[in-house]
Amino acid sequence: MRRITVGPFNRVEGDLEVKLDIDDGAVVSAQVTAPLYRGFEQILEGRPALDALTLAPRICGICSVSQSMAAAAALRAVEGLAPAENGTLAANTAHAAENAADHLTHFYIFFMPDFARDLYRERSWYGLIAERFTAMHGACVAEVLPARARLLEIMGILAGKWPHSLAFQPGGTTRAIDLGERMRLLAIIADFRSFLERVVFDDTLEAVLALDSAEALDRWRDGRGGDFARFLTLADDLALDSIGRGSAPLMSYGAYHGNAAPLFAAGVLDVTTMMRETLDIGTIVEDVSHAWMQSGPGAPALSETRPDPEKPDGYSWSKAPRLAGRPVEVGALARQVIDGHPLIVDLLRRTGANVKTRVIARLIETARLADAMETWVKAFRLREPFCHRPARRAEGAGVGLVEAARGSLGHWIELSGDRIRRYQIIAPTTWNFSPRDASGVPGPLEQALVGTSVGAEGAASVAVQHVVRSFDPCMVCTAH
Amino acid sequence: MHSSGFNVLWLQGGSCGGCTMAALEHGAGGWFAALETFGINLLWHPSVSEATAGDAIAVFDDIAGGRLPLHALVLEGSVLRGPNGTGRFNMVAGTGRSLFDWIKLLAPRADYVVAVGSCAAFGGVPAASTNPTDASGLQYLDTELGGALGAGFRSRRGLPVVNVAGCAPHPGWIMETLAALALGDLAASDLDMYGRPKFYADHLAHHGCARNEFYEFKASAEALSERGCLMEHLGCKATQAVGDCNQRAWNGGGSCTHGGFACIACTSPGFESGRNYLETAKLAGIPVGLPLDMPKAWFVALAALSKSATPRRVRANATADHIVAPPAGGGGRRKP
Repeated sequence: MRRITVGPFNRVEGDLEVKLDIDDGAVVSAQVTAPLYRGFEQILEGRPALDALTLAPRICGICSVSQSMAAAAALRAVEGLAPAENGTLAANTAHAAENAADHLTHFYIFFMPDFARDLYRERSWYGLIAERFTAMHGACVAEVLPARARLLEIMGILAGKWPHSLAFQPGGTTRAIDLGERMRLLAIIADFRSFLERVVFDDTLEAVLALDSAEALDRWRDGRGGDFARFLTLADDLALDSIGRGSAPLMSYGAYHGNAAPLFAAGVLDVTTMMRETLDIGTIVEDVSHAWMQSGPGAPALSETRPDPEKPDGYSWSKAPRLAGRPVEVGALARQVIDGHPLIVDLLRRTGANVKTRVIARLIETARLADAMETWVKAFRLREPFCHRPARRAEGAGVGLVEAARGSLGHWIELSGDRIRRYQIIAPTTWNFSPRDASGVPGPLEQALVGTSVGAEGAASVAVQHVVRSFDPCMVCTAH
Repeated sequence: MHSSGFNVLWLQGGSCGGCTMAALEHGAGGWFAALETFGINLLWHPSVSEATAGDAIAVFDDIAGGRLPLHALVLEGSVLRGPNGTGRFNMVAGTGRSLFDWIKLLAPRADYVVAVGSCAAFGGVPAASTNPTDASGLQYLDTELGGALGAGFRSRRGLPVVNVAGCAPHPGWIMETLAALALGDLAASDLDMYGRPKFYADHLAHHGCARNEFYEFKASAEALSERGCLMEHLGCKATQAVGDCNQRAWNGGGSCTHGGFACIACTSPGFESGRNYLETAKLAGIPVGLPLDMPKAWFVALAALSKSATPRRVRANATADHIVAPPAGGGGRRKP
């Protein structure tokens, strides 16, 4: 057996190092390290309550709206405030735009370039894929980057700028939209839909959203252009449904909340039995036995973050969140399965959580978001307020739970005298890339890497790259 | 990878990745096309390069060993010097070395060193009190010269660290700075007192603000989402912070003040030390932070005068979230 270290692990958001024990050409054990700690939770302590809205989004430049939304929701929970309905619709629209932009960035900039590597030169699809997806120089970037920039014009209108906006407040959003702006938003969303239909799917969104089974997907794919079909073809050729398998339960806090039910439902699902379970937030704890962190109460509502760089068993700045004692996988796959999307449910039932199903779920979700954004923008009541003026409540505790592109994001806040006494964040990749817990149970990625064949390439193994990137990790969020 | 051109190595320290996300928004044809236009060759960038693990480390080693010319070293994110000067809070994966070490090793090899974002420039949010990781900018910590590279640091072409400050900076600020360096068109005299390129730092964020009419009459918004000036009550520092934010579009047409919230002076060293960002600090009812180059007494006198002359339309709109009083007369005189 030999141990190899993979890093710097690039084309993920932030810093990541992976140590693999290899035996007989396959991974037998993995150790995932978040090698960057900035101390946001410590910085937030003692600050005026609303400063969380300025500082917390700056945890992450790729999902700053998600961080804003979680911070605003946590403060709102303390205040017991209902936001303006328009503000909820506007925030959901901006949040969906960010999440869709993240899915695009992941697919085109982070994930697909690995298939343009030289080692796939002998594959029948190689020429086309290399021409299209080579990092920085592939033909796709000339279409994707302008489409992404156009999509993010939603932020210019609703949020002033992206990343790092202060538009998302406990009472709603800070910019009331007029009729002209509604039309501009609808035009941007239409351009995004057109990009998805032309470049990603080569079909109407309605047809894509109607796909309801693995067979339907296979039939649809045959002979189709578009980057989704290109991915499906190479995914089958490389059996991407056989690598990066996860057996941890899937979890979603529910996404795009409003006065009615969220757009995507909340819940937990056991992937081995396909049984749904109730999501009990109260059973969440963060284990620090293998994190460079001092021990303390594990419940996020009670704990503090104090680094301990010399901790003997530590190997990551990431804590190990557990739901009722178990690691869980979060992300688009979890969201879409828990929401009951028939295609994703069928794929999961057949092949489980793996590299292929994670990517498919992301692209299907992107199509759903394009649809939802249009509905929300049309629902603005333009003469009514976008932001309620909160009556500040300076004492108490609250939790803000949202779904970032990469999965479940929670902010736990406690205020005392309108100052932050405690601030705890559990980010999606903290769940997915958590280190082992006190019982030695590895986190979801650590489990998913086991069995991956690395052949003779060792650290350079592209299969390892596919597995890690299938989670679309955001390491800057992980240890924050 | 091009063998000729202007070689850039882009590293991320204690960063959120937001500067890269902003850069990826650049240009009608996309950031990569814009880089190519100016002959800029990304030797390696953590978010967008194919080279990973050993291949990436080989690029670092070749630069350190003088085998690969480095025209610009770009850092995004703060340099985390802690704990105890070890840099261990930010190890560069796969290298066993801290980012702090790598920066000290690579910066002397670079023709230019560029800090992208307020973290790399001045320390940024990770350096906010109590600065748990001993975060610093490359050549400043807050307004103090020094930082990770030292006050006297000059890159091989004789420039101090070029500070593209902003959180995140406008995509144009990043691209235009790199382009100007690649064309040899950026001199020390093009930088302001904090090393920020003057092409954007010689403006105030206030210039071109769509709320200017409200500012003129001191017709102020009292709560977020109202249309009036954000300076008197809601913490806006646009009259004190550098940036051409309101002269060029963010995300196709936005800006912070356009979005309905205050400028928090994210281009300024120490912005992270602010408190109550969306609330104006006042002494005896008068904002503490007044425009930098205006005597306080004059400001107070003019404000009182302009308040007394505020048109009813402007006053009504200032505290509304929608236009409630449109300009009278329809903008031109109709013939009877």
